[in-house]
Amino acid sequence: MICDLSLPVLIASVLAASAPLIIIALGETLSEKSGVINLSLDGVVLFSAMAAFVVAKETDSLLLGFFAGGCAGMLTGIIIGYFSIYLHLSQVAVGFALSLLCRDLAYFLGNPYSRIQGPALLATKVPFYDALPSSLQIILTQPLTVWFAIFLIFALYYFFTFTRTGLCLRSVGENPAASFARGLNPGKIQLTAVLAGAFLVGIGGAAYSLSFKPGWGHPQGAEGIGWIGLALVIFGGWNPWRVAIGAMLFAFLQVSSIGLQDLFPGIPAQVFQTAPFPLMIFTLIILHYSTRKNAKQGNSKNKFQQFIGRVFMSRAPKALGRSYRQE
Amino acid sequence: MDVEFQHISKNFGSVNALTDVSLTANSGTIHGLIGENGAGKSTLMKILTGYQSKSGGTIVINGREARLNSPKEAAVLGIGMLYQEPMDFTPLTVLENFSLGNPERNRKKLRLSLQALASRFGFHLAPDRAVELLTVGERQQIELLRLIHCKTRLLILDEPTTGISPAQKKTLFPALKHLAADGITILLVSHKLEEVATLCSEVTVLRHGSVTHHTNAPFHFPELLKAMFGSVPKQKDKEAQRETGAQILQMQNVEASSERLGLKQCTVKCAEGEIIGLAGLDGAGQSTFLRLAAGLTIPDRGSVILFGKELPKNIKACLQSQRQQTSFIPADRLEEALFADISLTDHFNLKEKQHSFLGIRNNNRVQTEKAITTFSIKGEPDYAAGDLSGGNQQRLLLALLDPESRLVLLENPTRGLDIRSGQWVWDYLRNKLSPQTTILFSSPELDEILHFSDRILVFHNGLIVLDRAVTDTSHAAIAAAMTGMTE
Amino acid sequence: MKKPPTTRHLPQAAFDILSGTILVFGFTALILLIADAPVLAAFKNIWMGAFVSTAKVSQVLSVWVPLILCSCGLLYTFRVNLWNIGIEGQITMGAIAAMAALRIPGIENPTLLLIFSFFASILGGATWGLLTGLLKTRGGVHEIFGGLGLNFVAQGFILWLIFGPWKRPGIASMSGTELLDHDLWLSTPTGWRVATMGLLVAGSVVILTWLFLEKSRFGLKLKAIGQNPKATLLYGLLPERYYLKAIMITGACAGIAGFLQVTAVYHRLIPSISSGYGYLALLVVMLAGYRILLLPILALFFASLNVGSIQLPIVLQLDSSLSGVIQGCCVLSALLILGIRQKRERS
Repeated sequence: MICDLSLPVLIASVLAASAPLIIIALGETLSEKSGVINLSLDGVVLFSAMAAFVVAKETDSLLLGFFAGGCAGMLTGIIIGYFSIYLHLSQVAVGFALSLLCRDLAYFLGNPYSRIQGPALLATKVPFYDALPSSLQIILTQPLTVWFAIFLIFALYYFFTFTRTGLCLRSVGENPAASFARGLNPGKIQLTAVLAGAFLVGIGGAAYSLSFKPGWGHPQGAEGIGWIGLALVIFGGWNPWRVAIGAMLFAFLQVSSIGLQDLFPGIPAQVFQTAPFPLMIFTLIILHYSTRKNAKQGNSKNKFQQFIGRVFMSRAPKALGRSYRQE
Repeated sequence: MDVEFQHISKNFGSVNALTDVSLTANSGTIHGLIGENGAGKSTLMKILTGYQSKSGGTIVINGREARLNSPKEAAVLGIGMLYQEPMDFTPLTVLENFSLGNPERNRKKLRLSLQALASRFGFHLAPDRAVELLTVGERQQIELLRLIHCKTRLLILDEPTTGISPAQKKTLFPALKHLAADGITILLVSHKLEEVATLCSEVTVLRHGSVTHHTNAPFHFPELLKAMFGSVPKQKDKEAQRETGAQILQMQNVEASSERLGLKQCTVKCAEGEIIGLAGLDGAGQSTFLRLAAGLTIPDRGSVILFGKELPKNIKACLQSQRQQTSFIPADRLEEALFADISLTDHFNLKEKQHSFLGIRNNNRVQTEKAITTFSIKGEPDYAAGDLSGGNQQRLLLALLDPESRLVLLENPTRGLDIRSGQWVWDYLRNKLSPQTTILFSSPELDEILHFSDRILVFHNGLIVLDRAVTDTSHAAIAAAMTGMTE
Repeated sequence: MKKPPTTRHLPQAAFDILSGTILVFGFTALILLIADAPVLAAFKNIWMGAFVSTAKVSQVLSVWVPLILCSCGLLYTFRVNLWNIGIEGQITMGAIAAMAALRIPGIENPTLLLIFSFFASILGGATWGLLTGLLKTRGGVHEIFGGLGLNFVAQGFILWLIFGPWKRPGIASMSGTELLDHDLWLSTPTGWRVATMGLLVAGSVVILTWLFLEKSRFGLKLKAIGQNPKATLLYGLLPERYYLKAIMITGACAGIAGFLQVTAVYHRLIPSISSGYGYLALLVVMLAGYRILLLPILALFFASLNVGSIQLPIVLQLDSSLSGVIQGCCVLSALLILGIRQKRERS
């Protein structure tokens, strides 16, 4: 079937499929740039998806649904923020426990709304649709979430690179002690970043139940996405562009796995559904491993290797995962 | 800004870090603050920059008493410090590091200020380069410019010439003089007497937490050295020189980077039975030397040959070193050699070489009790190592030392011990261990080095600047070598 | 300077447990209210669901067995500060290995097959753990992501087996492979739902783990490495070697859990053979403070929650994930109380 997919359709599908993941991964990038890792992403995605769907169904308003999803995300951000920034507990421990809690909470509270039809955000045509060639017509007909995701990439890049607040945030993630010495308040900055990031993750989760995989159920279909999001942030080097490209790569794997089924009739369909996940993680691991090797071997003469190294080499915000204690 | 320290004292529990320190630094002067390790210089500066509170005395700034309760308050008053380790943000650019903490928001204006200040001082800084690609000297330059831009009136420099090239020094010194001419007060904390002499108009010497000397330019070095290190002690009965045997340790052209400066171009041979004292100021390379021999640090270049076999250049080096009966006791006992929540008995269990059949933990309780008595450790076998006081931790480490060791490496062996305990330690090392055991030790106390070593290596800036038998050198010569003065 | 005697900690501990219990009950009640569900009925239903009959209690035990096995295994990796999230995959691979051994052609003796299967599961789980460990020590990949990736791989592998080479004759289905011959089923007392062998194995592993961790040199070495990996170099220990050993042991324990799931519970391979017990075990160990003392009873508590909530969908039209909510809440409450206490002590 992949041969049936024309290129524009493929591009359109990848864009649509990657939008929620881009929003989720960028939200987490925001949080991690300030030094706090939110390991509960998998649960938060499900929880906010559920909250968004329930609210949208009850109020018949997609806008309120998305907002509810964001708030649900922010709620988990409050917990992560308080436990790790204020109580200095292990971010990994809190994140993991919260992940399971949110997932089960989503299933439990969402139970009455399982397999029910609800409002869904459909693809909309761009204003100048009629003037476009047919291939672009296909590509550019997307739900609003796609445009939001693209906007977010630019916005976050601009925020990190050109704004003073972004600079302060990055400095806290690198060296909270030095930021403190310069008069900044690391704790406050980190909490804001975590809350904002978690809100975005919530919007991303809402994008699943209200747009990409409309509806709720047990399972919903967005299971495992949160983990991919975390992997994307790390292996995408905390850079909005690379993270987004990674998300699109994953979406491509998902889209093409449906197509590949026909090419390999011997392999059961379920394998194709799960395959993108390990493939993605191991692609990222291999990339990481090979660039690490190159970096270790010092300056390589090969220009191509140097370029690849610079593109993929990433360094975590130095203070990531460690809670800063003021002297 | 005129700063006056009046009778400042600081104690940490029962330890007196500073006693009755009084010092005045006037506007437009460069005032040097010198002293050996542990003299109290950094404590005094931490008080001035608001990181630490004082226990007594007053600080008067421009005629008014100043409350310096936090770094922010100090910064508001115009006090800025250039740290030895740059406190900056490495992946960010020069311009970004310069701008952070500055109320000015306009990027263009900040860029222009940066370029103006840089050219005024003769620094060449590319505003958009990532700081991690710069040398320490350049990172320092950015920090200096930032402090100036933030209207610092009192600038404290902590060992500013560590890790910068001679060319960068040529740029820095005039810049500092320039700043002083503008009315800024500069406090220069340094070990390097020659540099202090070039830059400062007056110098205060600290030793063991008190002011031992204050003088104006021109300076007499022997006077300063005496104030820093104390007078030459009365000739105690020096221990007899030991018989030495075959070569056991050799470093060939070793270069290593740990600590701030690491070690450069180190070629040394040590023989069986020698007791070698490693002298030098903090971070000059003695620790790296000891760790290279212990196999904990891997040389970037060159080789370490222990008992005839070269140590491998990977993590297995420390295992080979231990297999060849080398023992190492670091200065940071709890952080690097002990386990805070594990009992004394279990420490002995961990050291145990024999294995019982089923891998069951041997109960070394009896051995532990014996060790406690022999080494006078104030504690019980069930105590956790973290419960012991510093001195007792040192005794524990000595008790854990393999008495059959052929090479014993000690970093500050008598640190934190009172005189009697210190003497006991040396009695153990010299008399209870075999006379064929080679002992390499580092110490900040020149008296200890002179008294117990047969041979002395003096480290300065990562190089060995003096390698003499103890009888061929003197207190003054060692002190001079430590501060980088060539004879 | 001696540490204060433990007796001072007892009233503190009691207070903490009480506040924790109140937090958990309160939060659960709140959730039930939000879901418009009868609070007391739900609690009662869970209780009954777990304890009302010997059959039910034995079912609790059948969940307890894999849970305590995984929890004991995780004690090793936690001791050296590793987060072995890959444990789910280790259970799965142990189950696959166990199944593969049971399908060895040519051997008729069921006991022999079961013995092979048991050891195969240990090998399968340990190898899977070793892979995560090597990714960490050689590849610099954090064990969370290495483990996660391998979880996904194991999941894909088991799906392939169930829908591919090992599928039921006729239709491949999500209900798994064909049922094993009855003589390959581990025996269960009549009316009970848990295999005696399972209980014996679990009990032995608990005791062995306690001995191994507390009484052996290996356990002491792990403790030292967990506390201060830098210092252990001076005692002739290379931390990396012990990371690998610890994660292999965890994998082995998880593998045994997989073996029992196949031979004692499901008697076949199903896609969700690990049933989330790996992740649940992580929660149990966190709640137990990473120590073995309370592990068996906490595992029993979590197991009873799992089993107790099975009926919820039928009786009260509630999703059985309520047990997961309670379990997650327990851990977070414990962390919260611990964190507040530590903060008080510091200031």
